[in-house]
Amino acid sequence: MEQKRVEKVLELKHITKKFGNFVANDDVSLTVRRGEIHALLGENGAGKSTLMNVVFGMYQPEEGSISVYENETKIENPNHAIHLGIGMVHQHFKLIENFTVTENIIIGMEPKDGIRLNMKAAVKEVQNISEKYGLKVDPNSKIEDLPVGMQQKVEILKCLYRGANLLIFDEPTAVLTPDEIGELLQVMQKLVAEGKSIILITHKLNEIMKVADKCTIIRKGKYIATVDIKDSNKEELAEMMIGKNISREIDKEAYNPKQNVLEIKNLTMLSSSKKKVLNNINLTVAAGEIVGIAGVDGNGQMELAEAIIKMRDFEEGDILINGVSQKDKSTREIYESGVSYVPADRHKHGLVLENDIAENLILIEYYKEKYNQGIKLNKALMYEEARAAMKNYDVRAENEYTIVRGMSGGNQQKVILSREISRDPELLIIVQPTRGLDIGAIDFIHRQVVRLRDKGVAVLLISFELEEILTLSDRIDIIFDGQIVGQTKPTETNDRELGLMMAGKGSGDE
Amino acid sequence: MNKTMEKIRKNLKSSQATIPLVAILIALFIGAIVMLIGGYNPIVAYESLVLKIFGSVYDMGETVRAIIPLILSGFAVAVASKAGIFNIGVDGQIIMGAVSSLLVGTLIDLPPIIHGIVAIVVGIIAGGLWGVLIASLKTKFGINEVISSIMLNYIALYLSHMLIKSFAAQEGTARSSLIKESASIGFPSLNTLFGGARIHWGFIILPFIVFAFYYFFEKTRWGYETKTVGLNPDAANYSGMKVNGILIRTMFISGALGGLIGALDTLGVYGYVAIVSSTSGIGFDGIAIALLGGNSTLGTTLSGILIGALDYGSQGMQFGAGVPSEIIGIVISLIIFFVAAPGIVKALLPKKKAPKKEVE
Amino acid sequence: MTANIISGSLIFAAALLFGGLGGMLSERAGVINLGIEGFMISGAFFSAVGAYYAESAGLGGLSPFIGLLTAFICTAIFSGMHALATLKYKADHVISGVVINLLAANVTFFLVKLLFDGAAETPRLTNMFSKISIPFLSDVPIIGKALFRSYPTTYIAFAAVLLIGFVFFKTSLGLRLRGVGENPGSIDTAGINVMKIKFWAVMMSGSIASLGGATIVLTTNGNFSFNTIAGQGYIAIAAVILGRWNPYGVLSGALLFGFAQAIKDQIQILDFASSIPTEVFYMLPYLVTLLALIFTGRKTRAPKALGIHYDASVR
Repeated sequence: MEQKRVEKVLELKHITKKFGNFVANDDVSLTVRRGEIHALLGENGAGKSTLMNVVFGMYQPEEGSISVYENETKIENPNHAIHLGIGMVHQHFKLIENFTVTENIIIGMEPKDGIRLNMKAAVKEVQNISEKYGLKVDPNSKIEDLPVGMQQKVEILKCLYRGANLLIFDEPTAVLTPDEIGELLQVMQKLVAEGKSIILITHKLNEIMKVADKCTIIRKGKYIATVDIKDSNKEELAEMMIGKNISREIDKEAYNPKQNVLEIKNLTMLSSSKKKVLNNINLTVAAGEIVGIAGVDGNGQMELAEAIIKMRDFEEGDILINGVSQKDKSTREIYESGVSYVPADRHKHGLVLENDIAENLILIEYYKEKYNQGIKLNKALMYEEARAAMKNYDVRAENEYTIVRGMSGGNQQKVILSREISRDPELLIIVQPTRGLDIGAIDFIHRQVVRLRDKGVAVLLISFELEEILTLSDRIDIIFDGQIVGQTKPTETNDRELGLMMAGKGSGDE
Repeated sequence: MNKTMEKIRKNLKSSQATIPLVAILIALFIGAIVMLIGGYNPIVAYESLVLKIFGSVYDMGETVRAIIPLILSGFAVAVASKAGIFNIGVDGQIIMGAVSSLLVGTLIDLPPIIHGIVAIVVGIIAGGLWGVLIASLKTKFGINEVISSIMLNYIALYLSHMLIKSFAAQEGTARSSLIKESASIGFPSLNTLFGGARIHWGFIILPFIVFAFYYFFEKTRWGYETKTVGLNPDAANYSGMKVNGILIRTMFISGALGGLIGALDTLGVYGYVAIVSSTSGIGFDGIAIALLGGNSTLGTTLSGILIGALDYGSQGMQFGAGVPSEIIGIVISLIIFFVAAPGIVKALLPKKKAPKKEVE
Repeated sequence: MTANIISGSLIFAAALLFGGLGGMLSERAGVINLGIEGFMISGAFFSAVGAYYAESAGLGGLSPFIGLLTAFICTAIFSGMHALATLKYKADHVISGVVINLLAANVTFFLVKLLFDGAAETPRLTNMFSKISIPFLSDVPIIGKALFRSYPTTYIAFAAVLLIGFVFFKTSLGLRLRGVGENPGSIDTAGINVMKIKFWAVMMSGSIASLGGATIVLTTNGNFSFNTIAGQGYIAIAAVILGRWNPYGVLSGALLFGFAQAIKDQIQILDFASSIPTEVFYMLPYLVTLLALIFTGRKTRAPKALGIHYDASVR
């Protein structure tokens, strides 16, 4: 094909994309050549996804031009993008869970035999492609039975089946174990060796250093630079990504744990299909310490957190708070015994989005005498407290009547945090506290957590971000496949070692 | 600045009131077109509708009498909606309330007034329990409340026939025997004043219900709980609320309002329960009313008055202009349709320019 | 007796089957369809009217087929409204469905009065469907009478199960349709027009369900009145849930509920039945439906994207 002689697979020139007054991409340029892995580096909210949505035809830019194979093109919609040979491996997979691998791959371009679907031909074609690029999957398994890493391979196969020459990977390693990450990076190298090109969207420097040829950095929507990886290093990239070299260190008082507040003894929980989602967990958190639970998403962390607050029942073992068994207590009684909980999913569990700030602040304690005068809620107090909370926790909104749905993620999280901290907990369980937030909000939240620990609160931190675990924790427990597989301290370990343990020391499936 | 002010400000800014009003107008307009096509004169028809509503003291009294169950039905649906349940079973709850109060009114001897009170209370409880059944089927077995409501409506209908035939049969008629005089909740002296219109205790009870609805949802912690469950059951669960218990409580209240409707109509209006082959449809009107009124106190009351008046007035259309009363049913259905799909109304409205940020 | 109950079950089941297949089609494409009752009312009305005018025009034995066709085509008015409200204007699926039911009831009753001088029901048809015996098979004792002597609509309904089953599981259209109800975002990024599939699914849903109403008029009732359809649409949806959104499952659900209706007519002949109030038998179909749902409980899995508005910009 003629296309093969062309060097520049994709060229973005001076792209500007605005949403109202907000400039998501400001004069960004990018060129991807054949056989190249081009990393797109930037913090959360820097505008990486917007830029790629422009490439994939989901948004139309206000200014600038896009050339595919050196032909200037207006990419109308995702279909058009697919037609041009652009494929996107989405961060949240676009797969149909109760369909087979093959069905997912062929849908939209099904091989036919008269009016019937030709499944045999489809399976064969899928096998061919998967062999060619070293993407081993069973074409007949259902997606819901496959581990995340496998599902991602199906996403890649879907693009290849559709003839993609340029693959965009959107934060592909966020959900993978270190083993799976290694495998994915190999697949990417194989793909470019076969003449494909790749855009890798990420904020992980290690991966870029490992596989990328070039790296374009954007910050707050603005184009910063494009560098050759072989002439660069991690420190330089990090500085360009963040801007100033801000210290992520947080001052902590000396580690001085007191009595155990939370004790989990031989905790075992079964899933509805009788699989052990938690397997004989033993864990303590003492007053004045932060215990981090490190692990890849889906290894039992949510179940552990929800067992402590009795959102889920468990089969064996016991959970003690200040030495008292919580077995027969309700969620509300557990909160009353001094437990605060910041859930992972702000929108689903943490907030009632249609309610205002004050109403969200009383979500847990609305029934208490303090907030009630007879059968009436004490609204004057509610709104007064809300005003104070907004000031203390730097919640930025018009006023305390503001409906939380319209607020930024950082401000929403501050509402939750202020509610949970103001309840004066002895134990704070905090899950994925900074997911999707900007640096300012992350820093604020980290400081609040440390402040509590210094005050003598026991903190159980569950996070999938190694950096967060290493920054905040006094002790670290590593969870894998529902078991605690290791214990360490931030001072005695590094992210590589932790990563290995999070993958079950390499003894996992694969 | 307080919350109410804030709310009013927001309502005025948004199109909250515009959409229902325009929906009503468009629906009435379409109704007129349908009548024209059918060869009727819509002006005469709407005129006789209005005349029926306001024509005489009797009609005015009867209009209010007809409005009461509809407002209550609107609140029954609204209460459940606040907790996120779509109670399309109000018709069944009305039947249970009606037949239970009938049985108390016919089978038991009690002094006047007390007899009425007992009969009403029993009707309320029966309706409430019928509502609880829907909630339990949902929380225990995960059965969609719409399906179970409809099934329970039919079951209630045939159950009522059975109960009437067994305990309060009136031979040779398609209705039950009459309630005892002591159980009547009418105001005989007012009836004569209003030319025989059937005025009853419900005229006094209604304002209390309206106020209670407002107070419950705006002021109390139980209202707060109920709304939280409706807006985000997951967050309610996480916050330590007993979601299933709240759902059951809410459906008791919703069903109880249905039961009250049945009791009031039986004890205050008809004095008997008819054996008919379908449910009254008041519950379905309640859906329209709650939806049109946005589940709010004022909105539900106003739309209850409107739909109740339309319903009652539609009989006038039948007599006065020969137009089948179903035309009003069509108009009411269209009103819900437009309110449920406000985009259609907006598409029909003249295009406005993008609103400025704030006009202070 | 046994044969009567079985053949009766099949006849009632046929109506529910049309309703259920219609409901399933729409719900598999992600649109909750509580409007089935309304579609069946519409089908019953239009078939009665279509057949009546065909009869008046002297079409004789052909008129019930004209009735069937009228129902199939004219119900598009109502399914079109449901599609418009739920797909274009993002109305709540449940509310839109209930409105369709109210509207269909009121419009059809209005039209009955308009067309037939204020009458409460349509004129009784003289030409209805008659039972067709399948040669040889219908001679088999009991089973023959039970299964192979039935109305054309019964055979059409069963053929529809097979046809829809084939389309669902053996063609690319079926694959795409099922995909739309599970994860429309995935279908969209694969370059397929999600809205088009949803639209046609809802439209066909209405037309197929309308045949259920037509079946009742053209085989058993012989005319249309306000209680020709009394909750069958909702029972049909229960059959969808019971049948786990699978055409063959819907068939078994429809058979169960059809049986509950047939037994109402047959059991009353028996001696012991005279001591039971007739109302109990009237309640039976609704009770059986509730009980069946209680026993299926939470085990069923609805299409994942059921009831969710698809917005391409937030995928």
